[in-house]
Amino acid sequence: MAKSPASKPSKAKAASVSTDAIANRERPATPVPYKATKEELLEFYRQMLLIRRFEEKAGQLYGLGLIGGFCHLYIGQEAVAIGLQSALTPGKDSVITGYRDHGHMLAYGIDPNVIMAELTGRAAGISRGKGGSMHMFSTEHKFYGGHGIVGAQVSLGAGLAFAHKYNNDGGVCLAYFGDGAANQGQVYESFNMAELWKLPIIFVIENNQYAMGTSVNRASAEDQLYRRGESFRIPGLQVDGMDVLAVRGAAEVALDWVRSGKGPILLEMKTYRYRGHSMSDPAKYRSREEVQSVREKSDPIDGCKEDLLAMGVVEDELKAIEKEIRAIVNASAEFAEQAPEPELSELYTDVLVETY
Amino acid sequence: MAIELKMPALSPTMEEGTLAKWLVKEGDSVSSGDILAEIETDKATMEFEAVDEGTVSQILVAEGTDGVKVGTVIALISGDDEAASPAPDAKAEPVATAVVETPKPVAAAPKIVAEPSVPAGTAMATVTVREALRDAMAEEMRADDRIFVMGEEVAEYQGAYKVTQGLLEEFGPRRVIDTPITEYGFAGIGTGAAMGGLRPIVEFMTFNFAMQAIDHIINSAAKTNYMSGGQMRCPIVFRGPNGAAARVGAQHSQNYAPWYASVPGLIVISPYDAADAKGLLKAAIRCEEPVVFLENELMYGRSFEVPAVDDFVLPIGKARIVREGKDVTIVSYSIGVGFALDAAEKLAGEGIDAEVIDLRTIRPLDKATVLTSLAKTNRLVIAEEGWATCSVGSEISAICMEEGFDDLDAPVLRIANEDVPMPYAANLERATLINADKIVGGVRKLFGR
Repeated sequence: MAKSPASKPSKAKAASVSTDAIANRERPATPVPYKATKEELLEFYRQMLLIRRFEEKAGQLYGLGLIGGFCHLYIGQEAVAIGLQSALTPGKDSVITGYRDHGHMLAYGIDPNVIMAELTGRAAGISRGKGGSMHMFSTEHKFYGGHGIVGAQVSLGAGLAFAHKYNNDGGVCLAYFGDGAANQGQVYESFNMAELWKLPIIFVIENNQYAMGTSVNRASAEDQLYRRGESFRIPGLQVDGMDVLAVRGAAEVALDWVRSGKGPILLEMKTYRYRGHSMSDPAKYRSREEVQSVREKSDPIDGCKEDLLAMGVVEDELKAIEKEIRAIVNASAEFAEQAPEPELSELYTDVLVETY
Repeated sequence: MAIELKMPALSPTMEEGTLAKWLVKEGDSVSSGDILAEIETDKATMEFEAVDEGTVSQILVAEGTDGVKVGTVIALISGDDEAASPAPDAKAEPVATAVVETPKPVAAAPKIVAEPSVPAGTAMATVTVREALRDAMAEEMRADDRIFVMGEEVAEYQGAYKVTQGLLEEFGPRRVIDTPITEYGFAGIGTGAAMGGLRPIVEFMTFNFAMQAIDHIINSAAKTNYMSGGQMRCPIVFRGPNGAAARVGAQHSQNYAPWYASVPGLIVISPYDAADAKGLLKAAIRCEEPVVFLENELMYGRSFEVPAVDDFVLPIGKARIVREGKDVTIVSYSIGVGFALDAAEKLAGEGIDAEVIDLRTIRPLDKATVLTSLAKTNRLVIAEEGWATCSVGSEISAICMEEGFDDLDAPVLRIANEDVPMPYAANLERATLINADKIVGGVRKLFGR
């Protein structure tokens, strides 16, 4: 799969983005792959690799019993969070997602130590060990979670967008949800109000093809999910979510649309998760060959690497990045393992803010 | 024979209304569908149409008359074949048939105790619960631009129960927002807006519909502060009428106080009178927590004294002794307080001196006030307009047993609604709901009577 906008620009990319034109209704521009500088692309590579290695390590720690409960890994989907969030304005725009949230936090540059320590349930964790894998937040980065109920973040995200509009702060909310959540009723209630009130929100469906064990076409009457907003007049774009430049290109179009006051837009990111739904999912609903084929043909990190090599980056530079990332991830695991559990006195803190 | 035109009931809870205007006069002939009069209820002004053809022979209630009971004969119409002269039975006394029977609390029981935080001699104003709630929102909205109100019919319609009357006019559509009928969605949007730094007041037309939204109230709003280690707050008020109204059947008549009160992370408030409605709603809007504020439709139109001060705010989490007594404690909240006060008066006639406690806040529960009263009276009942099973009464009963066991001279009794979905038929509904007599009966048992 060609990734370099320089080598194979239009043809392959045009096929990765499709739109439905409806007469007499304004449509967003057709996205083009983002023309990243070498430095930008190196940074994308670095960030995607950090997510990949972090998640692999989390998987290991889970196997060792250091991480409990549910743990949903983002492996395979890295290009989505990196391509989209790299386009946001820090401190102005907000992000909200579901429970597969580690990657979105890393994409914000949040310290991997406090994320890993949250996974192991330690006092140093970003939620002081009281949230866990699915419930992590960083209001400092305007990252609003980390929500465990499928689809809830869509309404909540519309609320964040409502606040942006109410405060007239110019911010946009990016609300991620999966192909499974795309069938929840509240998603459509939120679509309706978001368009009705022209809320500044980008709805992002991370279509990784499987809602737990149910494939999209077994669960969705309209399986072209980017069309799901059309009856609410929300335009939709289908994007190759395995290509960080295609994702970033779509992000630019979406942000232009929303920031110009045209209301919400829907991006369907066609992506794939290599691991099970959660650590406890044996993933018997798909063949090993299917997973292997995606890894070989469309891996977002491999694709990015090819582009970098084509831009003249040398292997050694990439190896150095790999080494640096491994060190960061190992340190985070070490930190998360060594950090103490929360004091028992923390049990009753933060139930309420005030005392009555 | 003359046809009697009676004061119509124009809402499930209407007991009386104002005959605002006659649009016909004596001698006019009318046909089916003609508008005869405008009738003002506490919620709206409604047009009253003719059903029969004939001539208006006599108008018995002049326009501008207040407090015309539902069922009162307001005019007579003679059929086309009759002379338009006053019918012989026209002098009959107006029939006051109450369509809706709602037991009323004693207006001013002799031993009523004033709110302790209000100094003696404070000027008071007579205000309905409905107005008190509206005033609370308006005052807070004037003080803080982050506060907005959203819900079904809260803006242009002025509120399904007129609680938000006038707010759109004062604050405009940016801050008073009509939503589509999508409780799950707008509860989520409100919650997200609170996470994003605003101070939403989300009105549910009734809490029965909040069942559609309970996921956001509990999973999104109540748990966020804890799950984020205190990082992310959710200051939001979910408010609306709760509990039984009148004759609206099972799906519209339920008390959700025990449901929400079981959830750590929520504040649950359920006021009885107008002063508490105002003072506690203001406190709820200001507080940093998600608050479930449970009103009662049957209380909206009732008037009470409210301190006429600039900024009347009451503390959350404090019960109030509304009537002092020494023989038995009756704990209640919301509409039940009126029944409890009524029961206390009846019991006084039997030589039983009852103390009545209004919990006001259901979570966090003011255990100290309950246990102190129990230590004094040694007998306690809970009067609750709702089911007894897993109720607030069950909770109080457990607290009395666990922490006040040595003070008990008799078992704690729960006086509650019957354990059935609310029936529609008037007699069955009456039999289901608590009332003063049921409370009196329960207390008598404690005294072996």
